[in-house]
Formats: sequence, structure tokens, C-alpha cells
Amino acid sequence: MKQNTPIERLYNGVLKENPTFVLMLGMCPTLAVTTSAINGVGMGLSTCAVLMMSNLIISLLRKFIPDRVRMPAYIVVVASFVTIVELLMQAYVRPLYTALGLYIPLIVVNCIILGRAESYASKNPPIASFFDGLGMGLGFTLALTIIGAIRELLGAGEVFGIRIMPEAFEPVSIMVMAPGAFFVLAILTALQNKFKAPSATNKGDKFCSGNCAACADKTCEIGERSAEK
Amino acid sequence: MSKLNVSISPHIRSKETTTSIMLDVIIALLPSVAVGIYVFGLRALMVTALSVISCVASEFLYEKLLKKPITIKDLSAVVTGLILAVNLYSTAPWWLPILGGAFAIIVVKMLYGGIGQNFMNPALAARCFLLLSFSRIMTDYPALDGVSSPTPLVLAKQGTVVPISDLLLGTHSGTIGETSAIAILIGAAYLCIKGVIKPREPLSVILSTGVFVTLFSLIQGNPITLNYLAVQMLGGGMLLGAVFMASDYATTPVTPWGQVVFGCCVGFITALIRCVGNGVEGVSYAIIISNLLTPIIEKITAPRPFGLRKERAKND
Repeated sequence: MKQNTPIERLYNGVLKENPTFVLMLGMCPTLAVTTSAINGVGMGLSTCAVLMMSNLIISLLRKFIPDRVRMPAYIVVVASFVTIVELLMQAYVRPLYTALGLYIPLIVVNCIILGRAESYASKNPPIASFFDGLGMGLGFTLALTIIGAIRELLGAGEVFGIRIMPEAFEPVSIMVMAPGAFFVLAILTALQNKFKAPSATNKGDKFCSGNCAACADKTCEIGERSAEK
Repeated sequence: MSKLNVSISPHIRSKETTTSIMLDVIIALLPSVAVGIYVFGLRALMVTALSVISCVASEFLYEKLLKKPITIKDLSAVVTGLILAVNLYSTAPWWLPILGGAFAIIVVKMLYGGIGQNFMNPALAARCFLLLSFSRIMTDYPALDGVSSPTPLVLAKQGTVVPISDLLLGTHSGTIGETSAIAILIGAAYLCIKGVIKPREPLSVILSTGVFVTLFSLIQGNPITLNYLAVQMLGGGMLLGAVFMASDYATTPVTPWGQVVFGCCVGFITALIRCVGNGVEGVSYAIIISNLLTPIIEKITAPRPFGLRKERAKND
């Protein structure tokens, strides 16, 4: 696929480099707010909105921001959009705003946003950066919705507030408490490794045979780490 | 002159095996289970059987699916199942011990590498998992002789005097294994005589609970009676936890002083939960929280090798 086209960026963000399942970024909101599917969608979409706009603006300003102060400059841009999103949510989707609480202002320090600003938007043209943000945001939304749906299904017997489980099902309330987030994320990552899908902990069969000694890929982090040992 | 045999160490082997130790623990648990079945009826037997079957089956299936050597013959899964069962009420629905057993074995034990690798007592972790998930079912104490009565700890918290003979014989409401102090003490005596556990482990837990309960009550200015203290030390999961769970090999310190420190930790947290906190029980939480402290306790109580000075030993 041609690099840096809008479609390629969307594919990259949602599947190839999914921020939650592959890059393992933004773990704090992933674990904290996914108590239900709707919270996952809300968090994902608000992050997505901030990500798109901040990527766009940072990409437009990339030639004007001096390298030495780029972090504060990024933070200012991101914080502005987070404030806009926060006020809009407070005005129009009040229940979601109360459910997400502190985690909306915390989007400012979400590593996905700073990570994309630093590694993509600061080096690429605005249109590609905008779609990179959209792709990453949708990937994040997808991941959060999946985790939220599983936790809600097991912890309350519902998905998006619709009863799925039979009446006799006793909700496993630990799944909507903090430990449940770790259980679900860990099991999803374990399954990913099992099926050799690429992730932060596993480059997958396609890229790696596990034979680091005979491997020519000098950029591979796994090989470096095992060589250090 | 006789021939000189040359062989590599070890030259002296103990007859003890994992299986024999686990068998001893099972034997020691039997009196408590028997009293539980006598007091609460056949339902208690069903809960116990389901819990044990679930633990063994989970271990077997996990190892079978992951193509690992099958280790169910070492009986550790049976012990986990029994300990989980004695921690449940006999009113538990059929799926509760099955879910708990599967959680204990798969999540707490096997995912961390199987026997001896778990950092938390599997049965207690499962109990806390069930307690957090199904708090209504898990606090539904069974009726005795058709009369629903709270457990002794609940009564003691409300200020009622509980006859000690009830605690010793087990004729009161509670989980399957915790009712009779005598049955647990028989098991404890058996384990101590066989050398499976050292008396210092349960004793430090029970005595420190007594000390800290007294201390907290004095600080809060609550009246403290001998009966209240006895209930705190004999009632609820105290004895069961002290004898069978605070002495688990994998999750408690191996150093002698470490075991005493561990016991005091359990006693302190239990007293904290019972006196300062809202809870009536608290032993299971106290033990799994102390399990997490085990590596630190072992580090600070590591014995100094003979001949090494204090500073040297510390630097090494």
C-alpha cells in the first residue's frame, strides 16, 4: 500500500499499529474508563477528536515550532483542544462527562497524542497527519469499545445497556472493578500472542522466526534486548 | 578393603515429596470438612466435591491444552480445592465452587508457572475474587437447624456474648470448614507432628491478632472482654487461615523470623480490618496482602551466613 495516503493511515491506525493492542500506549484511560462499552466509545471518540485536530495543527506549525521548545508547544495545542472537547461534552453529553470524570482533562497527557505528534505530525504534511490522527483515534475507540463491551457483558450482563445474558446469569461484578480491566487486557494480549498477531510484546511469525542469532534485522528491539542479556 | 563408591551429591535424601506433604495437608483438613458436612448437611459435601473436582479438572485441562506435563498427581490441586471449599458457605450455588476453583488454578496458579510459582495463595485469591464479584451470595450464611443466625464474628461485633463451647464444637453458622475450632486444631496438631508446618506460623498469626485487636480496642476506647478476644481469635476464618493458609510453602517466607514477621503482618491487617475497618472477617484479605510482602520480608530476615560480619552480609 502506498505510504502516507489517507487510506493507508486509517488502516495503519486501526489495525497495523493499533495504539492499544499493538503499540500498548494510553494504558491509563484504557484500564480506567472501560467499565462499559459506552464509556469506551465516549473516551475513544473524545481522544480521536483531540488527536485529529492536534495532529493537523502541529503538522501545520511544524516548520515554525523551534525544536528545543516543541514539547511545551505541543502541550499547548493539545490542551486547547482538550479544553474545547471537555466544555462541549459538559454542555451536550452530560452523563458521559460525569462518567469519564477526571479522564477527560487527562487526555492532555495521553501518550498516544504526544506520541503521534512527536513521531508523525511533526515530520509529515497536514492531510496525512490529520488522517493519521483519525486512524489512531478510531483504533483507540475500537480497542476501548471491545474491552468495555467484554467487561460490561461479564460484569453487568449487558452490552451498551442492552441485556444480553439470560436472567439466571449472576453478574461477575469484579469485571467492572479495576481488576477486571487487567484481566481482560491481559487475556486479549495473550490471545494476540497466541495467534502470533503483531503486538508490542510479539512481532509475529511474519516478521520474526524467534531465531535471533541468525537474524539480519538489526533494528529489531527484541534481538537487541536478548543480546544485551 | 571395601570398595569406595563415588557418587555426586545429594547423598542423603528425604522421603518427603510434594505428594506426601499435600497428602498430609489433605488428612489434616479432613476433620474440619467432616464437621462441616455433619453440621451443614450434604450440601456442604456437594460444595466441597465440586470445588475439588473443578480445581483438578482445571489443572488437567490447562496442562493438556497447553501440552505441558500433567501435574495433577502431586495433589496440590486437591488441596487448593479443599481450602477453597472450607472457605465457602454451604449455601453456595453449584457454579460458585466451580468458577472459584477454575480461577484459583488457572489465573492464580498456572498462569504464573504452576506449583510453587504463584505469589498469592490460589484458594484465598479465588475466595476474594468470589467475594468481590458475588458479595450477596458469598455473605449468605447458612441456617442452622432451620434457624438463620449470623456468624459468631457478626454477633461479637454487635456486642453479643458467644459461648466458647459453640466455637470449639462448631455448632454455629459459618463457612464449611471454619465452624469447629477443635477439628482445625486436630489438623494443626497432625501437621505440626508430621513437621509439615512449624507451630510458630499459626501461633504468630493468632497471638498477634489478639494483641492488635486489644490494642485497637484500647485506642478506640471500646470495652474489651475475654469472650470478645476469644471470639476474635477462634471465630471466623482465623484458625483456618492461620493453620492452612498462612503456612503455605509457596507464598509465605522461608526464613524462621520471616514467618513470625509474616504472621504478625497477617494479625495486624486482620485486626485493622475487624476493628478499624467495616468488615467482620478480614483474614483472607490479610493473608493475600501479606503474601505480597513475602519477598520483602524474606529479604530483610535472610539469615547471615556463618562467619560473615553484618556489613559484609548486607553488601553481598
